[in-house]
Amino acid sequence: MDDIVTLGFIATTLGATWRLAAPLVYASIGEVFSERAGVLNIGIEGVMLVGAFAGFATVFWTGSLALGLLMAVAGGALMGLLFGLFTITIKADQIVVGAAMNLLGLGLTAFLYRTYFVSTGRGVEIAPSLNLPGLSDLPFVGEAFFRHNILVYGTLLVVIAAVFILHRTSFGLTLRAVGEHPKAVDIAGRSVALYRYGAVLIGCSLAGLGGAYLTLGHSNQFVEGIASGRGFIALAVVVFARWSPIGAFFVSLLFGLFYALQLQLQAQPALHIPYQALQALPYVMTIAALILVRNRVDTPSMLGVPYRKG
Amino acid sequence: MGATPFLRMENIHKRFGPVIASAGVNLEVEEKEIHALLGENGAGKSVLMNILCGVLSPTEGQIVFKGSPLRLGSPREAIRHRIGMVHQHFMVVPNLTVAENYVLGHGSPLRVIRDMKQVSTRIRELSHRYGLDVRPDARIHDLSVGEQQRVEILKVLYHGVDLLILDEPTAVLTPQEADRLLALLRDLVADGKTVIFISHKLDEVMRVSDRVSVMRDGKVVFTTRTAETNPRELARMMVGRDVLMDLPRAQTSPGRVVLAVENLSCNNELGLPAVRGVSFEVRQGEIVGVAGVSGNGQSELALALVGLLPAASGSIRLNGEEICGLTSSEINHRPLSHIPEDRHKMGIVLPLPLTENVILQRYDQAPFSSRGMLRFGEITEHTRDLIRRFKVKASHPGEAIQNLSGGNQQKLVVARELARNPDFLLINQLTRGIDIGATELVMQEVLKQKEKGKAILLISTELEELFAICDRILVMFEGQFLGEVPPDRARLEEIGLLMAGNREEAQRLHNRAGAIEA
Ligand SMILES: Nc1ncnc2c1ncn2[C@@H]1O[C@H](COP(=O)(O)OP(=O)(O)OP(=O)(O)O)[C@@H](O)[C@H]1O
Ligand SMILES: [Mg+2]
Repeated sequence: MDDIVTLGFIATTLGATWRLAAPLVYASIGEVFSERAGVLNIGIEGVMLVGAFAGFATVFWTGSLALGLLMAVAGGALMGLLFGLFTITIKADQIVVGAAMNLLGLGLTAFLYRTYFVSTGRGVEIAPSLNLPGLSDLPFVGEAFFRHNILVYGTLLVVIAAVFILHRTSFGLTLRAVGEHPKAVDIAGRSVALYRYGAVLIGCSLAGLGGAYLTLGHSNQFVEGIASGRGFIALAVVVFARWSPIGAFFVSLLFGLFYALQLQLQAQPALHIPYQALQALPYVMTIAALILVRNRVDTPSMLGVPYRKG
Repeated sequence: MGATPFLRMENIHKRFGPVIASAGVNLEVEEKEIHALLGENGAGKSVLMNILCGVLSPTEGQIVFKGSPLRLGSPREAIRHRIGMVHQHFMVVPNLTVAENYVLGHGSPLRVIRDMKQVSTRIRELSHRYGLDVRPDARIHDLSVGEQQRVEILKVLYHGVDLLILDEPTAVLTPQEADRLLALLRDLVADGKTVIFISHKLDEVMRVSDRVSVMRDGKVVFTTRTAETNPRELARMMVGRDVLMDLPRAQTSPGRVVLAVENLSCNNELGLPAVRGVSFEVRQGEIVGVAGVSGNGQSELALALVGLLPAASGSIRLNGEEICGLTSSEINHRPLSHIPEDRHKMGIVLPLPLTENVILQRYDQAPFSSRGMLRFGEITEHTRDLIRRFKVKASHPGEAIQNLSGGNQQKLVVARELARNPDFLLINQLTRGIDIGATELVMQEVLKQKEKGKAILLISTELEELFAICDRILVMFEGQFLGEVPPDRARLEEIGLLMAGNREEAQRLHNRAGAIEA
């Protein structure tokens, strides 16, 4: 073991942890917004795929990273609008619509990709890592924390913004109330539907951004089903984090660590563990987490329940 | 009455599917009066008031407020016209603090909340000024129902209103708090406000209101000046017959001990001692009352008895068997029934139909289930039977219980628990929200249980309720029993002193009374 766990190994693993956690941070913090308002969106896997594809296609054609990210957010938001239309306005079952969103996201992106891109085989240029003068060159710390691209650093911004919005603004306060006692919000003269739309749109936009990270920040290609379950893992992250954005950030890092370890260990020929077993690590941990966390106190009481006005 | 009254509701109709909740209501309220609204459970009082504050949209009708018509079905419009309502079932958000609840929905949604300290200070000020004890930093789900009610009332005052609607505000308050609230209402009217006040307690209505309207079957059937009527007439107007104000009680002699509690102590949810070494017995065929100002450990005592709160020490024996430390599901299979103080939190599951609410604890027992399958025929029949016997106003057994009026929900809980035919019956607030006709019915049913030899513990903040049916009353103060008093109205002052924790003074009063008798 000694020759595996070197300082270099740790630095690389830490750096990879944050990178691999990034899409989970975006998606899970988005889902925190949605669920705090009482809307359970199990369709974020599909939304991430749409974000991943929209970002990829935009950069492919325009070469502009900023425009790519914008389109990823817009694609996510569009999916959110669709989800909201069915679950909030029409009051259909959230689980059923969520499942449909996953199928839609998977099918639509695969179809478009095959139609326009599969023959080109060309990738896009991924977001460059922002090297901070001085800091990035530090030994160990530099590799672990200061050689990332803008989307990885952006996770910090998202956590801070999420905490601020949820706990320091009138919007956030009302949003938290909507998931717990929507009637009280209605009586206070605020539209429950409007707040739920807001929460879902924020949630899906962030999921779109999380998806875009996969094609624009991580690999330079779109692959069918590239989210590979991250949307579902993000759902588990939210439960594990007890619906707190800060919690979601750290739990995402934990899952990022599993991904990173899995990759790092695969690269170690000295270890004779079948790589399939290592690949399963994040998913096994998801199941374990969901079994272990049995706290129901923090669950928004009206999660999944449509609001009907008398 | 002038040509344009302060508030006029005209020909209001409201249906919920086949249920007609308002059948052409006309109601006029004058400026600066306290207008009491009476009616049986399900008469349509809450629905009418919810229409007034915009939560429900009527099918037909109009409302004229201060001379201009009100746009209906919009809470925002009601807020704009300074109409505020304290709802029968709480409209505060449990996972937020009191102060957060007060700022909810106010100001621009994009506003950054910076002034929480100021909000807290103002809440403390108002709390002091109106004598309503409210802590701004407390989280709602840590508060007792009485405290939540104070939070609700102060919330409306915090925002300032011209028309204040109170839907059974005193149902969960102690008599002292209720008195203070009534005095407060008088002050508010002197301040230029107008109040609509719903209550099932006729003495309160007689004391505080200027005029009374009585509702029956979705209509206002009677309006009068309070000075020109009396409780008997009001009761007859509501129920359509004379109501017994004093129930005949059969004398039974208590049999063997059913529940024996020894030295029981337990902590509340915050880990502070709430019940501090109480011992008592309840025998067959007796009703033991527990009086006290709410928040003196009664809730925790009740929860500990049914295994929902772990006891720190002591023993609870039911029919000689130690049940302290059993899980609540094990206790569920013992011959014990529980009518909880907060029906929404513990008594019922709001979105479920009446049938499923009726079998909540017994879904796995005969006759409701056989070989792991529910027997819907039996369940529906049993529910029908309860509805009939307790005169619950519901359209059919499959209706969601949240559609029932508050009093009818309570009646169903009482009916369910009495029907379990337990040896020991724990009641925490029996008639909360129940109208006077139904109170008579429910109390008679409880007395019948006593005659059948059941042991009953009745915890209540309502002295009238205790006096009406108890055989003896224990007074609880700060987690302990300070004394035992017979249910004799002449001893009211003594009970009052004990409830305030003043044992010496109570003892002196008792001795003096004894000396005079001798
Ligand atoms: N959302 C709803 N859906 C269906 N029926 C309803 C609904 N709300 C109220 N009702 C029905 O309307 C009638 C009037 O109810 P309301 O709550 O106004 O009674 P209330 O006079 O306030 O009674 P209580 O004294 O018990 O509070 C009841 O029969 C009730 O079942
Ligand atoms: Mg009511």
